[in-house]
Amino acid sequence: MREKLVLIGNGMAGIRTIEEILKNDSNRFDITVFGEEPHPNYNRILLSSVLQGDTTVDDIVLNDYNWYEENQVELMTGDPVVKVDTENQVVVSQNGVERPYDKLIFATGSNPFMLPLPGADKEGVIAFRNIKDCETMIDTSKKYKKATVIGGGLLGLEAARGLLNLNMEVDVIHIADYLMERQLDEQAGKMLKEQLEAQGMTFHLQKNTKEIIGENRVERIDFTDGTSFETDLVVMAVGIKPNIALGQDAGLTTERAIVVDDFMQTSAPNVYAVGECAQHRGIAYGLVAPLYEQGKVLAAHICSEDKSLEHGYEGSLVYTQLKVSGVSVFSAGEFQDGEQTKAIRVHDEFEGIYKKVVVQDNKVIGAVLFGDTSDSTRLLSMMRNGDDISGMSKVALLPSESGEAPVSPVVAMADSDNVCDCNGVSKGDICSAITENGLTTVEQVKQCTTAGRSCGGCKPLIADLLTLTTGEEVGNAPEPMCGCTTHTHEEVVAEIRELGLTHPREVMNVLGWESDEGCSKCRPAINYYLKMVDPIKNEDDPTSRFINERVHANINHNGTFTVVPRMYGGVTNADQLRKIADVADKYNVPLLKVTGGQRIDLFGVEKEDLPNVWGDLGMRSGSAYAKALRTVKTCVGEQFCRFGTQDSIGLGVELEKKFEYINTPHKVKMAVSACPRNCAESGIKDFGVVGVDGGWELYVGGNGGVDLRGGDLFCKVKTKEEIIDTISAFMQYYRENARYLERTSHFIERVGLDLMKKVVLEDEEGRKALIERMDIALSTGKDPWKEIVENEDKQQEFKKKQVEVLS
Amino acid sequence: MGNIETVKKVEVAKLSDLSVGIGQRVNVAGEEIALFKQKDGSVKAIENSCPHKKGPLSEGIVSGDHVFCPLHDWKINVNDGKVQAPDVGCVKKYKVEIKDETIYIHLSL
Ligand code: SRM
Ligand SMILES: Cc1cc2nc3c(=O)[nH]c(=O)nc-3n(C[C@H](O)[C@H](O)[C@H](O)COP(=O)(O)OP(=O)(O)OC[C@H]3O[C@@H](n4cnc5c(N)ncnc54)[C@H](O)[C@@H]3O)c2cc1C
Ligand code: SF4
Ligand code: FES
Repeated sequence: MREKLVLIGNGMAGIRTIEEILKNDSNRFDITVFGEEPHPNYNRILLSSVLQGDTTVDDIVLNDYNWYEENQVELMTGDPVVKVDTENQVVVSQNGVERPYDKLIFATGSNPFMLPLPGADKEGVIAFRNIKDCETMIDTSKKYKKATVIGGGLLGLEAARGLLNLNMEVDVIHIADYLMERQLDEQAGKMLKEQLEAQGMTFHLQKNTKEIIGENRVERIDFTDGTSFETDLVVMAVGIKPNIALGQDAGLTTERAIVVDDFMQTSAPNVYAVGECAQHRGIAYGLVAPLYEQGKVLAAHICSEDKSLEHGYEGSLVYTQLKVSGVSVFSAGEFQDGEQTKAIRVHDEFEGIYKKVVVQDNKVIGAVLFGDTSDSTRLLSMMRNGDDISGMSKVALLPSESGEAPVSPVVAMADSDNVCDCNGVSKGDICSAITENGLTTVEQVKQCTTAGRSCGGCKPLIADLLTLTTGEEVGNAPEPMCGCTTHTHEEVVAEIRELGLTHPREVMNVLGWESDEGCSKCRPAINYYLKMVDPIKNEDDPTSRFINERVHANINHNGTFTVVPRMYGGVTNADQLRKIADVADKYNVPLLKVTGGQRIDLFGVEKEDLPNVWGDLGMRSGSAYAKALRTVKTCVGEQFCRFGTQDSIGLGVELEKKFEYINTPHKVKMAVSACPRNCAESGIKDFGVVGVDGGWELYVGGNGGVDLRGGDLFCKVKTKEEIIDTISAFMQYYRENARYLERTSHFIERVGLDLMKKVVLEDEEGRKALIERMDIALSTGKDPWKEIVENEDKQQEFKKKQVEVLS
Repeated sequence: MGNIETVKKVEVAKLSDLSVGIGQRVNVAGEEIALFKQKDGSVKAIENSCPHKKGPLSEGIVSGDHVFCPLHDWKINVNDGKVQAPDVGCVKKYKVEIKDETIYIHLSL
């Protein structure tokens, strides 16, 4: 019969150890896990993200209940072990469950350290350690305004950022004279403070809390310097203490934590400890990376037949990163200056960048990076390998200082270097996983290798590896349109022209699609190409359009829709506003908002109401959902502005009227400003016009989205007409040659500005032809709302049937 | 246990209400159901709520036996309601019966 393994502590280190054991030998043990928290094992690290609103509690579960079942692991949640008898080798839980063991693992983690202050037991005084704390903070933020965080370290600052996101006012109390003094030197600590103050935190340094005042709930907090202020919530994040009470009762040798040897063995036979509750060579770690290393060693040790083959755990070099959006901080090793140390420092006060690399005996022994952490991976592996850096230039140490275009740090990494430190996954592991299983997304890599499964900090590196590994192959075999075919976008367009294909299904049949029904990637693309090639003859296929473009509204997360009517050039009038107001009342629209595109959107409209809403508005569709011209933003210009040199509104309205409802590979945005102050932000639009004395400048390929890109000055012309013609020709060339879902910004990067100047500005004939083809395409554009409002049949899809069931 | 499960046949729509490749929502006594008319004239019925974040599947792009959720593009089989890899999960499916032009589904009450 199988040996009995009992784990105390259903947390990150413990369960990782179990995973490793199952990997080694899946049916060696009958495994029982006791967990104090009423949850399956979740990613404690991501509690910060939950608090900051980036993810939800459900999304951070690492091993759901099925996992325990599938692996026949007996799980007792919400039932702490209260007694361990190392003589008879049994444990007893609070609910009186008894389990004998052959092997016992302590993975009880830590408890947050609560300052023993008078009043610390009041309601509204909590720590930041588990899901419950997280939920308390979220609930509190709904009823109360002012939060105080005691502790300006990693945890405290992540909590503070979260509370800000929950719209609370946040004061951070810190004992030391600068933040994160355990991870940062004074300079970096000061810069961090400035950044976080800019984010809205208030700091009180070198302050000592004296007492927490309040009836039942905290109301005020007093400090030793006599000052005090009101607060509704106190979060203590002053540190953690290993959770060893149970171990002590069991008679295990403990110091700061449960003392273990290189194989995580405690003083008692067959009893092991792993994670934050374990102390190895004097150190109790507080980060997952080393804990996972411990888990690996322990698993190998428990399972291995041949002890001589194992090598024990030798400790870890840890590093820290702060998970607060908008700040990048990295720190590792010995970062304070000492007698024998020398340091390389880079400090750019304009960019808010600070880098310090501490060197001793020609080896990097520590580093602090602030503002730009792109060199962290490299430095870390130098420290781990103890590279001799004598003769290395500053740039060799800090490649980011070379001033050249940044190369991804993964390029310089050795195959053995870890990309994901949390889960100890090396560059080699990931690359082979990518090539062997043909992985293409970070998510797939995560599923397949567990890299990026914990703090997620390495996801950019994984992405770089994907481009690196697949990219090379992609180089000689151009990327197919999607999983359904080997044809590239270009080939498909060529075939459509060649064979005069007219319908998506025809295209997929003729070109031998693997799944003859296609998918959500290729169908919309093909549908676009067909209409682009022959706007007159080829019908649009609504079933190949994404819902937004099929029902001419933006779908919201809850299945309701957003209605954005046109306001040419951002100009409106009392009559439009009145109509919008009336519609908002009549259909009780939950949210009216001024969009980023100079118009108004009505959020949360029911699908079945859309046609009536459009009808009542009597306005035209703003295409806020379409791969088409979205908006033309304008500034007031010469009509009123003292600097205005041109009629920006006039041109804006004219452009929007001309190009509305033209299908494009991706959305197209325009703006017209009437002077270089550029109040309409023409610099980040696909087509941005800037009025100057006696003429206009046209900027192209700007993008304010994911890949921020300033537009390139394309030409300077005298008249409106020239602007319109140039945009016409350019847009037509873009329509004919860009890949579906390629914004002008990426398109220009690919084909080059010079080519575009040749075809649009220099080649007279070609330019004329492009403009003619554009005019043909434009002739087919109609307002989709009007069409549907006026045509009963087209409203069928919007109807929703209610069926009563009488029983 | 004890209680016998009664199955009820409910008229939900006419064939002519549906068009191939476009889902149709019906609300049957509070249950949101997505109907899909297929090329072969058959009709599939599944729960109209994506296992990921409750996306309304009736609004998704339909490719043969699969529908792509309109919110984050999960791929779901309309025959057995199973979510396709790499994602996991499944939605309830309903038995459909078509008697001359009229579509009925079987509800277990
Ligand atoms: C309504 C609006 C936000 C607002 O309330 O202000 C908005 C809302 C959406 N944007 Fe936007 N964007 C809005 C202005 C912008 C702007 C600002 C601007 O246009 O000046 C940008 C950056 C500028 C740019 O695009 O170059 C912007 C960059 C994006 C992107 C990233 C595009 C990119 O190339 O990186 C997406 C994603 C996409 O299009 O694939 C996006 C996608 C979306 C979608 C349509 C998401 C979707 O696909 O369903 C959002 C619909 C929300 C909803 O539920 O209705 N939205 N979006 C703005 C509508 C403007 C309008 O009147 O039409
Ligand atoms: C908000 C926050 C952010 C963090 N960010 C990072 C980060 O960015 N990077 C990083 O590396 N680390 C981070 N950490 C630290 C990391 O989460 C911990 O180091 C790690 O979770 C420790 O794992 P563990 O298994 O040792 O302890 P835990 O994960 O705490 O697991 C211990 C479990 O044992 C249970 N338990 C205790 N006593 C008993 C008992 N008697 N019977 C049964 N069960 C018991 C506890 O309830 C707990 O569930 C963060 C921690 C927090 C709180
Ligand atoms: S861009 Fe020029 S004209 Fe327009 S508002 Fe600004 S300053 Fe005035
Ligand atoms: S809700 Fe369906 S994919 Fe996200």
